[in-house]
Amino acid sequence: MSTATSTPTGTGKQPGSRQATHKHSQPSKRGRVQQRWLPWAFLAPTIVGMGIFTLLPIVASVALAFFRWDIISAPTFVGFDNFAEVVQDPTVRVSFLNTIVFVIVAVALQLGLALGLAIMVQEKLPAWLRVFFRSAFFFPLILSAASVSIFMRYLFNEQFGVVNWLLSLVGVPAVPWLTTPGGSAAVVILVYVWQNFGFSFLLFVGGLASIPVETYEAASIDGATGWRKHFYVTLPLLSPTTLVASVMAIINALQVFDQPYVLTRGGPGDSTRTAVMVIFESAFQRLEFGQASAIGVILTLIIMAITAAQFRLSKRFVFYQ
Amino acid sequence: MTLISDRVETTAPVVTRKKRDWSVAGRVAILLIASVFVLGPVLWTLSTSLRPPSESFKLPPAFLPLNPDLASYQQVFKQLNIVGLVLNSALVTGLIAVGQMVTAALAGYAFAHLRFRGRGALFSIVLATMMVPAQVTIVPVFMLIRGVGLSDTLLALIIPAIPTAFGTFLMRQYFMGLPGELAEAAAIDGASPWRTFRSVYAPLAMPGLAIVGILAFNFHWNEFFRPLIMTISEQNFTLPLGLVSLQGNLGTGSISVVLAGVVLSMIPALVVFMFGQRALQDGLTAGTGK
Repeated sequence: MSTATSTPTGTGKQPGSRQATHKHSQPSKRGRVQQRWLPWAFLAPTIVGMGIFTLLPIVASVALAFFRWDIISAPTFVGFDNFAEVVQDPTVRVSFLNTIVFVIVAVALQLGLALGLAIMVQEKLPAWLRVFFRSAFFFPLILSAASVSIFMRYLFNEQFGVVNWLLSLVGVPAVPWLTTPGGSAAVVILVYVWQNFGFSFLLFVGGLASIPVETYEAASIDGATGWRKHFYVTLPLLSPTTLVASVMAIINALQVFDQPYVLTRGGPGDSTRTAVMVIFESAFQRLEFGQASAIGVILTLIIMAITAAQFRLSKRFVFYQ
Repeated sequence: MTLISDRVETTAPVVTRKKRDWSVAGRVAILLIASVFVLGPVLWTLSTSLRPPSESFKLPPAFLPLNPDLASYQQVFKQLNIVGLVLNSALVTGLIAVGQMVTAALAGYAFAHLRFRGRGALFSIVLATMMVPAQVTIVPVFMLIRGVGLSDTLLALIIPAIPTAFGTFLMRQYFMGLPGELAEAAAIDGASPWRTFRSVYAPLAMPGLAIVGILAFNFHWNEFFRPLIMTISEQNFTLPLGLVSLQGNLGTGSISVVLAGVVLSMIPALVVFMFGQRALQDGLTAGTGK
């Protein structure tokens, strides 16, 4: 950590310089010297920590993707072989495909549910009910995905599970939830959405609360009622929130691991294997660290591309006041 | 802040009165059904854990434990080193939370109130690290931990989780909300910059620090992926890992025992939920542009 190499800083040139300057009225020499290294002392734990545990690993991860290494023997450089193997590996392909399907379905469900319920909660309601509903929908977020997946497995049990019992009440025959590819995928999606829609819900509630009341008054004077009001007023004004909520939901869903791992271990077959699961398996079960890194790099690039695309698209559809 | 719901209906004709009441009732009905779907599984878990194993799969399901029976809880303590698991989880989570609060307070303060070269660029780098998925860094971090001889220790879980981009971001926001004049006044009184931070700003930033601590607690208490990779021997397992392995050991034989473990693991989260819900909600949605 280099400190006192910089020249004494002048004033200005700081972005957003609405902060205090610690300028003593007559800066003693000691004071000025202290000024120079002091910020770095404050920053050291965070910056050094991030350097070691985030920045360095990113570089290492990219580098590692070009080597074959099983920890035991010395690493050998293999160029793009890892990427070539990974892209052709049927398991990797299937799990990326699964992940993409999962993201599309889970995020659509999560955002739809969250938006619908948020609009309902924010309309006219007794205050205590509003507080109750908000807490209820938020509640699953405080549980561990592993615990949730454990009890959900029992609820989705084919013979004795509560879910199939409920369905039998309305005449639906027992669904083979955890024993068929389609059923397993459905369970993973349902459990994931059950736990995570509350986060999007909170974002939408915050967004709705910030829409000025006058807008609705104006709309109702113009004769907008019910769903029209929401379609022409709420949705456009909520679009910045929708953008943030969808970006975050997609980034999180792309990294899904806990639920499929505990619920199905990726099965039956490869039907619920996800991208992160494949990274985990190739690194820590098959000790193919180079390949695991290559898959990780590909996943990160996909995440970055999707995020960039969303912000690009949003320039056309998001309406800022 | 005006909520949509607080608005006074100025243009409501009297005729639609009745209709609107219906619409409120309809909405409450839908919201109630949604709440049942959200809370039902949790209530079923609680009530099943309090019933003897023979009644685990009783249908129709009972959501209220009418004759509570704590046998399953005794069994959990017998079959699972639950005390050890809770201690591990508490130690890991507690130290991460405290570590994050301290480092985020220091860095957040520097970004908000101290001037130094490259401040903006450095802060951008800190924010950028938030975009990096954990799975990408996990392999090199694992190697590093192994290289320094910390593999299969609790420290392997604690140390890498302490530097926090999000916590730093939150604390910077919080400190920016505190006036810079305080520092000037403290300087005039002859306080050193460190003293100014410790005695003036840090105490005022406690609510912000509470959010950082609660978020860290909530996230790491429930964390599964990193412990799964970093810990090998059962004495170093954290609670979620122990529960999943318990489930594996028992198959579906005695689910009330597994569920008793699940309920025990929820208790601390529940306490945080009761007392820190506001802070948790604020923290989760902080920095999302609102």
